[in-house]
Amino acid sequence: MIELEGLTKRYGTKIAVDHLSFQVRPGVVTGFLGPNGAGKSTTMRMMLDLDNPTSGTVRIDGKHYRDLAEPLKYIGALLDAKAMHGGRSAYNNLLCLAQSNRIPASRVGEVLDLVGLTAVAKKKSKGFSLGMGQRLGIASALLGDPEILMFDEPVNGLDPEGIHWIRNLMKALAAEGRTIFVSSHLMSEMALTADHLIVIGQGKLLADTSMADFIQQNSRSFVRMRSPQQERLRDVLHANGFVVVEAGHGALEVDGATTEKLGELAAENGLVLHELSQQRASLEEAFMQMTAAAVEYHAHGTDVHGGAAAPGPQWGPTSEGA
Amino acid sequence: MAVETAVLQSEWTKIRTVSSTVWTLASAFLVTVAMGAGLSALTNATFDDMRAVERATFDPTLISFSGMILGQLAMVVFGVLVVGTEYSSGMIRTSLAAVPQRATFLFSKITVAGGLAFLVGLATSFVTFFLGQALLGGHRASISDDNVLRAVIGAGLYMGLIALFSMGVAAMLRSSMLSLGILVPFLLLVSNILSAVPKAKEVAQYFPDQAGSKVMRVIPDAMNSEKAPYGPWGGLGIMALWVVASLLGGYLVLKKRDA
Repeated sequence: MIELEGLTKRYGTKIAVDHLSFQVRPGVVTGFLGPNGAGKSTTMRMMLDLDNPTSGTVRIDGKHYRDLAEPLKYIGALLDAKAMHGGRSAYNNLLCLAQSNRIPASRVGEVLDLVGLTAVAKKKSKGFSLGMGQRLGIASALLGDPEILMFDEPVNGLDPEGIHWIRNLMKALAAEGRTIFVSSHLMSEMALTADHLIVIGQGKLLADTSMADFIQQNSRSFVRMRSPQQERLRDVLHANGFVVVEAGHGALEVDGATTEKLGELAAENGLVLHELSQQRASLEEAFMQMTAAAVEYHAHGTDVHGGAAAPGPQWGPTSEGA
Repeated sequence: MAVETAVLQSEWTKIRTVSSTVWTLASAFLVTVAMGAGLSALTNATFDDMRAVERATFDPTLISFSGMILGQLAMVVFGVLVVGTEYSSGMIRTSLAAVPQRATFLFSKITVAGGLAFLVGLATSFVTFFLGQALLGGHRASISDDNVLRAVIGAGLYMGLIALFSMGVAAMLRSSMLSLGILVPFLLLVSNILSAVPKAKEVAQYFPDQAGSKVMRVIPDAMNSEKAPYGPWGGLGIMALWVVASLLGGYLVLKKRDA
């Protein structure tokens, strides 16, 4: 169990992490989601007592990290794949860590085997590819056979095979009853691996919810309809008690109805339909909506249709009726 | 205590599994011995060309340590790299996650690396001394002469201390390049130039290298140089204070700053 209470990190006048309080519960994969620059890595570094919080506390099983005598046996972390000495072999890099926490040297071979690096154990780690470095980092996290595992963006820069491997590994570790805390900026990635979700934006907590609830609440499903007789269609829908939202470009969005029902209704009223389709907002969209206000690095000049400053057709929702 | 022993073992593994340890320490040894031997032989050949006042204050022990001026730089590189590569490689975050107690981490590293530097330093000073004296022919000193053994042991301690001082500087600056960029020109140029300039030398004689190196002299005004206002052990003590200050500074930086 990891508990954060009012965790805050300030760099000068800029707040990177803003009074963050949440718990990471054992036995599940907790996804830590936020756009780039939201403060995920800073939070994780503070959890490991690498960065000093401006205020607030982190407790690991009730203790401060610095008071853990052999922390690798409680918590293993992959923060950054390059956090090893390149001139040292993979085996020796892990051996130094093992010895510092009185972990038997035989365990080094075990974790190297587990991550599939046995063949290159004696090779200097500076020659490792990103994926191999990531595997070495994961081996170091597993070294003390800890109950809690933390991974910061573990799939970043990996090839599909590596991504698949990490996903399965995390699931297997959670199935063993361990606490997994994994950060990502990709909702789609989280949807595949996480049971619980903590979303932050600009250092603030935006959501602390189970994955199932998040999907339930955020993946709105609706029916999209277009008709040359839009006015009449709308009246008919209203008259039948449907909630209709105008979506622009002559489309209507109807919540809480099936395509069958609406198609029959249109037919009964002799209406021509150009479109009748089931739509589902993706989790990625839900995540983007949630964090939209909190995204730090907006892409400027995103208008690809002739440049931001050039007047021209615009399809954004705000340009309706302009 | 168990924790400290484990961390010492871990730091020893770190040191013995990187190639820079071998080449820096081997360089410190070889450069000091070779340059000391060369200058001893040269001095022996040109002894009669020296000024009378230099002949009168001739210090064969100090001559054999002439290679120290360059050899110490390899010790500096050793000290800087032991600490600095933790930062340049990013290993520091992994290391501190494994050993979050900052004092235990840093002082274990310094104990292991410092111990090794002292051992290599002493081996270097004894070999340098005996080889140099052999090449000085009739002008040689004997290890049993007054104060000679002190100078030889002192020279070994000097090499260890300069390595420790460099570790402290690297811990404060958290960068190998920056630390070497400051220490090497300082030891090679600034310190030597300032100690030759009137007025400035009053201050420069308290610099760590200037104060510490006085322990290698058997004759206080060796080679017609000025006497220092402190004795040989006093000088090494001044250097030790610099070492304590730099290690303390390094510890405070490690403790206060984000890794």
